Amino acid sequence: MSIDITTVKKVASLARIAVTDDQAEKLVPELNNILGWVEQLGEVDVSGVEPMTAVIPNHLRLREDAVNADPLTGGNVRDKVLANAPQAEHGFFAVPKVIE
Amino acid sequence: MTESTYRIQGATGDWEVVIGLEVHAQVMSEAKLFSGAATAFGAEPNTQVSLVDAAMPGMLPVPNAECIRQAVRTGMAINAQINKWSRFDRKNYFYADLPQGYQISQLYYPLVGEGEIEISLDDKNPEAEVKTIGIERIHVEQDAGKLMHDQHPTRSYVDLNRSGVALMEIVSRPDMRSPAEAGAYLSKLRTILRYVGSCDGNMDQGSMRADVNVSVRKPGEELGTRTETKNVNSVRFVMQAIEHEANRQVDVLESGGKIVQETRLFDPDTGSTRSMRSKEDAHDYRYFPDPDLLPLELEDAFLEECRASLPELPDAKRHRYENDLGLSPYNAGVLTAEAETARWFEVLLSESAAKQGKPEADVAKAAANWMLSELFGALNKLGKGLDDSPVSPQAGAELLALVGDGTISGSIAKQVLEKMLETGDGAEAIVEREGLKQTSDTGAIEAAVAKVLADNADKVEQYKGGKEALFGFFVGQTMKAMQGKANPKVVNELLKKALG
Amino acid sequence: MSDLTNLTVAEIRDGVAAGTFSAREVATAFNAEVEVGRKLNAYIVETPEKALEAADVADAVRKSGDLKPLSGVPLGMKDLFCTEGVQSTAASHILEGFTPTYESTVSARLWDAGAGMLGKLNLDQFAMGSSNETSYFGNVVSPWRDASGKDLAPGGSSGGSSAAISARLCPAATGTDTGGSIRQPAAFTGISGIKPTYGRCSRWGIVAFASSLDQAGSMARTVKDNAILLEAMAGFDPKDATSLDAPVPQWEAGLSSDLKGKTVGIPKEYRPDGLNPEIEALWDKGIAWLKDAGAEVVEVSLPHTQYALPTYYIIAPAEASSNLARYDGVRYGLRDLPDGAGLQDMYAATRAAGFGDEVKRRIMIGTYVLSAGFYDAYYTQACKVRALIARDFEAAWEKCDLLLTPTAPSAAFALGEKQADPLAMYLNDVFTVPASLAGLPAMSVPGGLDSAGLPLGLQIIGKALDEQGVLNASLALEERAGFTARPEKWW
Ligand SMILES: [Mg+2]
Ligand SMILES: [Zn+2]
Repeated sequence: MSIDITTVKKVASLARIAVTDDQAEKLVPELNNILGWVEQLGEVDVSGVEPMTAVIPNHLRLREDAVNADPLTGGNVRDKVLANAPQAEHGFFAVPKVIE
Repeated sequence: MTESTYRIQGATGDWEVVIGLEVHAQVMSEAKLFSGAATAFGAEPNTQVSLVDAAMPGMLPVPNAECIRQAVRTGMAINAQINKWSRFDRKNYFYADLPQGYQISQLYYPLVGEGEIEISLDDKNPEAEVKTIGIERIHVEQDAGKLMHDQHPTRSYVDLNRSGVALMEIVSRPDMRSPAEAGAYLSKLRTILRYVGSCDGNMDQGSMRADVNVSVRKPGEELGTRTETKNVNSVRFVMQAIEHEANRQVDVLESGGKIVQETRLFDPDTGSTRSMRSKEDAHDYRYFPDPDLLPLELEDAFLEECRASLPELPDAKRHRYENDLGLSPYNAGVLTAEAETARWFEVLLSESAAKQGKPEADVAKAAANWMLSELFGALNKLGKGLDDSPVSPQAGAELLALVGDGTISGSIAKQVLEKMLETGDGAEAIVEREGLKQTSDTGAIEAAVAKVLADNADKVEQYKGGKEALFGFFVGQTMKAMQGKANPKVVNELLKKALG
Repeated sequence: MSDLTNLTVAEIRDGVAAGTFSAREVATAFNAEVEVGRKLNAYIVETPEKALEAADVADAVRKSGDLKPLSGVPLGMKDLFCTEGVQSTAASHILEGFTPTYESTVSARLWDAGAGMLGKLNLDQFAMGSSNETSYFGNVVSPWRDASGKDLAPGGSSGGSSAAISARLCPAATGTDTGGSIRQPAAFTGISGIKPTYGRCSRWGIVAFASSLDQAGSMARTVKDNAILLEAMAGFDPKDATSLDAPVPQWEAGLSSDLKGKTVGIPKEYRPDGLNPEIEALWDKGIAWLKDAGAEVVEVSLPHTQYALPTYYIIAPAEASSNLARYDGVRYGLRDLPDGAGLQDMYAATRAAGFGDEVKRRIMIGTYVLSAGFYDAYYTQACKVRALIARDFEAAWEKCDLLLTPTAPSAAFALGEKQADPLAMYLNDVFTVPASLAGLPAMSVPGGLDSAGLPLGLQIIGKALDEQGVLNASLALEERAGFTARPEKWW
């Protein structure tokens, strides 16, 4: 299947990347080229094959329910959390007003 | 199960309402689902946020065992299928309260599968209809942060304290047919969660909130298009939202319109719902398995531990109270409606049995009656509940033992309870201090009986003529003469003897 | 003492320990080369003071005998690793100025082992590329040149690392490899690099590209140096749920180029029609060298090889489209807020301004293949084919212990040559991607120069967790190839 400019714009909007009409126009053949190429996977017989879930046989480990046991993954680090914020006020991140 | 008769009367006839609830329940855990930040309510903004919760570059999730355990226990409590193999998926969308740009959730392989919850349409009435509501699934997911809109004229503020807190999303089947059923379901679910201890059920703090799916149809017809009203945070509001939304849908349909599948918002001030602007665009969440996490595989030993740790659940408890303790269905229902009430009652019961040297079944009725009528009545007047009751179940058992062994009468017990609530003193001390011990001194009671019968010769005559109901009158008069301190059993015996 | 920069990691370590030279002398020499080498654009940030600081610690503890495994060794750090207090950008505009308040697990392990940091190395933006032409901070130029005199690609995405090592701007560096990003640049620049088994090195603190494929590894001039470095980098990390809870072997001590008893497989699907004859010739030499080292060589088949690249170009962009959603201008990094823009407009403007073309292309592809109605046809299908590719390797291990292949289908190409055609660029990773999809350890070592005087690499692929086998076979190749060529210093 091949995609058109409407699809490109829809995908760009889903991905929250602003595109001009010109950019979208240019992306149509580029993306179609890549998609056309990956579509060759459709010819592989995968009947009875489960999708891969773990790259290397390994079990999901669970963490203990402990607060701030490791400072790298614990809380109480507001200064660090806000250190790189483009706009932080009164301990919050600030964003343009959202109307819900 | 009989069909619900709740109908909305429209111009074109009756409409049936179809309701399903997706309840988000905050899992009781110390730390968040994928980080070590705390979950406590009400902290300063962005203090309970780890680098992981803020989705800093390179941060990774590691699941909290307790959150998984609580969800499994909850599933077991509703007789649900526990999936030993489940998986976390990413739900992708952009919003300022969602730092990763995706929520880690479970779409394809949830931790808990099909289960059910029994609801009674009238808890107080044992004869009331019982209905089974199907549970489709429970999955575990991250909560989002919080946006504040009223602190700055042109900006919204983002607080990530809740970001990453573990939620159970409990998805019901569209089995409810009236606001009352939805209310009963939500209450019952909250009761179960509190019994299990997997969620505190505090809806006003947001630890439990419901997404309400409503559609309407003419009875017997296909399901209509539904709307989803998000984050309704009380039982009453859920019922209001359904009522409003169902009526709105009927109005739309009857005036020739179509229902749009959309997300709506409930306004508690007006009791109405409105379309949610921020969620207007059609969503395509692009779910896929979270590549930072492996599939979650549960061992039998873990499941056994979860099952073993489950308390007796409300339905089982209610049946036991009725069958083994001989309580009335009404009393059993009230005592088991809240985990805290049942816990209080059970301490009272075991202490009473121990103090009186009797089996629990022998003291259960008296304990239940006292708790539900005397204690609840008195607490009510004080504007207090069990959680802040000045009288402990141990103190209550001391009082009941005094009644049980005839030291005081039931009516004196009322006075003693009042004093206990006032002073915090023990029942025995109060009875001693105030000289409230009842007498079994036959001489004194005999004298009182003789005086009562002499003063009421006419009534004695009527009694002997067959008006036996007057016996109670003589008991009352004798007790009054004894200032309530006579042993009622002795009074009975002596009166019977005197009246021949 | 400019020849200090020609020393290997092992030589620096041993020389500092023996007091032959001081760690400060080494750090100073490399700092000077970093400055001289700016034309190569290998470093985004230079941190000479950090290199000196670690060197001074090494010199101080030498007397007390408390030297650590990498005391006195200065390193380059790929700028995909978050480093506390030092700008970490993934070579993107969207993270320009981002200064982490935390240190990635792998870099922390290296500093704990006594190493010092010379600077943050340039790369393809978000590690997406095979030529280092997608960096917001400009192309890295390979120190190698052919007769044309054109600027050549150092490979990618770890192109800053490969260029810096071959130009002696650092003795060794970290890399990350998602589909070949350590091995292909190593091959292009005449150095060695190993991508260990998926899960060996913690991903915590590394800017994510494609989580199920990303793996950190080492890059250096010798196999032994890679063994030393990887030993320090690897190890279980409870902060990464995919980290392997397995002990880290003493790879350096275990090095042996005696391959008696080992069987090496030659996958016939890696010899497509039209394979560059010089690459083919080198491959044949490699076979002879391994035989000479005592290995038995057999032909094996990996029948799904041709599907590896398309599989990769569905899975990697899909994961990336989600992993890169966090760059939204709210908590860190670039924010582009046009006049009167709302939140969602801010996202779109920020991401349009902050991501380069290749990153956008991959996010778009990834978004599309995950979107409603296409998920199963693309993503699920790719995950199934990925399982088949892993199965191919499992079947091969019935017949052999290791695989020998070329690393890349060509020598380094000129910058700009393949930029217009993404597909041609993607084909660079045709030999490296299958092992990535299967999570297997794989290493590239230089095998020789082509007729234009540019390096070519050979790749060894091993079983999961058999880094030792990979290192040993690579060592056998290294000893026999006798590769001593280095780029002429034109910068
Ligand atoms: Mg929902
Ligand atoms: Zn949910």
